[in-house]
Amino acid sequence: MVSRSLLLKILSALILFGAWEIAGRIPVSLAFPTFLESMSALFRMMGDGTLWVAYAETLQPLVVGVAISAFLGIGIGLWVGLSKTFDWLFSPIFIVMQAAPLAALIPLLVLAYGIGLTSKVLVVCIMAMPVIVLNTSSAVRNTPNSMKEMARSYLASDLDVILKVIIPAASPVIFAGLRLGVSAGFIGAILAELKITPTGVGDIITFSRSIADYPSMYAAIFSIILLAVLFLNLLEAIESTLFKGNQRGYVSD
Amino acid sequence: MDMSQTDAPIEPVDAAHESAVSTRNISKNYGEVEALRDLSLEFPRGQLTSLLGPSGCGKTTLLKIIAGLLEPTSGEVEVNGKTVTGPGPDRAFVFQDFALLPWASVIRNVAFGLEMRGVPKAEREDRAAHYIKEVGLGGFENAYPHELSGGMRQRVGLARALSVDSQVLLMDEPFSAVDEQTRRKFQEDLLNLVRNENKTFIFVTHSIEEAVYVSDQIAILLPRPSRVSEIIRPTGFRHKDADNIRRDPEYLDIVDQIWASLRTYVE
Amino acid sequence: MTLFGYRLPGMSSLILWGLLWEIVGQTGLTFFVPPLSEVIATLVEVIQTAAFQKALYETAYAFIAGVFFAIVIGIPVGILMGRTRLLDELLLPWVNVFLSAPLTALVPVLMVLFGFGMKAIIITTTLFAIWIIILNARAGVKQINRSLVEMAHSFGASPWDAFTKIYFWAALPEILGGVRIGIIRAVKGVIIGQLLISIVGFGALFELYSANFLMGHFWAVLIVLFALAFTISEFLAYLERRVSYYADKR
Repeated sequence: MVSRSLLLKILSALILFGAWEIAGRIPVSLAFPTFLESMSALFRMMGDGTLWVAYAETLQPLVVGVAISAFLGIGIGLWVGLSKTFDWLFSPIFIVMQAAPLAALIPLLVLAYGIGLTSKVLVVCIMAMPVIVLNTSSAVRNTPNSMKEMARSYLASDLDVILKVIIPAASPVIFAGLRLGVSAGFIGAILAELKITPTGVGDIITFSRSIADYPSMYAAIFSIILLAVLFLNLLEAIESTLFKGNQRGYVSD
Repeated sequence: MDMSQTDAPIEPVDAAHESAVSTRNISKNYGEVEALRDLSLEFPRGQLTSLLGPSGCGKTTLLKIIAGLLEPTSGEVEVNGKTVTGPGPDRAFVFQDFALLPWASVIRNVAFGLEMRGVPKAEREDRAAHYIKEVGLGGFENAYPHELSGGMRQRVGLARALSVDSQVLLMDEPFSAVDEQTRRKFQEDLLNLVRNENKTFIFVTHSIEEAVYVSDQIAILLPRPSRVSEIIRPTGFRHKDADNIRRDPEYLDIVDQIWASLRTYVE
Repeated sequence: MTLFGYRLPGMSSLILWGLLWEIVGQTGLTFFVPPLSEVIATLVEVIQTAAFQKALYETAYAFIAGVFFAIVIGIPVGILMGRTRLLDELLLPWVNVFLSAPLTALVPVLMVLFGFGMKAIIITTTLFAIWIIILNARAGVKQINRSLVEMAHSFGASPWDAFTKIYFWAALPEILGGVRIGIIRAVKGVIIGQLLISIVGFGALFELYSANFLMGHFWAVLIVLFALAFTISEFLAYLERRVSYYADKR
């Protein structure tokens, strides 16, 4: 019965793409190409290299932004989780950022930093950072007390407790925060390309829309969603092999 | 029947040098709540003393104060004549929920105390491996905590406490999270451990039978605020082997006697 | 944090940050950050303008409509997925895909399909909110204690009774949790939609302000937006706590 779930996944993909194909053939709208048209546009762009060039450009702000967010976010998160003072000082900012529609800052960023790479990196950062900080700090705060007591009773220094107990205990949740940060970073990177200046994949989308080349537009959107989903699934798979059994081993189970 | 000593009031046991651990007038307040009031106890060297009482009587608080994990509001703890100011190499703790590091293998968990003491890796793994065999977990050195049963996890916790070779072992309800059969086996093993290792054991439990079975001395704590109500020293059946203790009339009498004095405190 | 023995309330550090903002603004360090006092004065002015009220009305309309569709479609779909294995297996992969997919990329499609207007924004909002609502309703139904269901059957409850008196209530804490996260996502969705389709609501207002370099106006609107979003999210968290008191005790 291993194949039942795989079979159903294939079936469900067939149904969705089939519906897309049929809706495109009716057609429900002039701006709605069929699945096959879109896929052939996708392979054409992959073949002539347009797509690869575009992704080289799109991934730049994403990679730089996520790297900065991860570095700063985990640092600030650890700090906030360990110190009551910094918790009081910084937590409210990130809690508000997490709830707020930060995308509204984009026009301001463009005014301040222009339409170049800096603005786009910043967009990725403001989207990705809050969740990384909040996950890290709450993971640090939620380290099981008995583990910290154990370390102290076996003469661990404060640094030992942080390096050998708190950080390893928090790392699954920190990693999950990173994954959510990457997910938000994708939103930011695409938003930046659609809103600030069309470059990379955003350029393909905007340009093919303006010349009504809908198959190419749909193909580009399909490819970026596919890329994001595949990458996030990869992170999730890494997460579950890396931290296998880490959440268990407590008395409660 | 030898019950002559069971009604002894709170008094230092023999001479002072016989006590490995003594607590003097310990009080502990959490804000308005008085958890412990003016509590003094002596823990004889080389023996096992149980802290027994209904839940909320502060027995774990007292144990953590002795461990140096909590600071008393007033009063002091002496271990081998030295006042406790924090955790020290003379005491090792066994936790109720095992407190194993889930990302570390059995051998790394057991060697944790030695690692914190700065013992080189090769040496501490040798010693850890020795105690892993000693507690009956030979072959599981590279297993991870989630692959072990509850009872095996607590054996890891016990090996960790033994490996640092402290004079005093502090055990916080160590068998409460394992199943009944495993618990009985643990209790028998504990008796042998007390007999063979020249260590002082302080053992927190809420099980009357367990306390009477394993203890040389039982301190009964009553709640709100916690105080020692009596000290019982079961002596008559200590020399018997493990199988016969549970049938000994003195054992049964002491269990009944303790239940009689505790039952009013059970809601 | 405690200061001189007095416990400072949770969000009180924001006052400190406000003060810092005022100081930075007063020094005139950068044109982009006017003093907070000036921003607040502008805020009072701005919220009385017709342009702001129109933007707020349009945003609220799109937001409420989007959330409404997300809830009305999401909860039943989630409950059905929780109860029907085949449906669950067919839909779950896609729900998971859309939950983590960068939905921003779909906005251009919505624009060409539904026009540059309200309709596209409402659908964007729904798309941002619906997936987590489905997933949580499904999880809520899946975790219902079997003995609760058997209890209902043994007392002769009809399927409809079982649904309205058992399933819905037993899954309510999870459902509300999903609705809360969904609504927070919807706030972001409605703003992203307006930014990309920048001829309605706050999207249009932002275009106007940034074209004229009206920094004070810009920050004033941002404060209003952030405060609204934060209030909504805290209010929902409060509601959730009120209802989920029995979540641990099932």
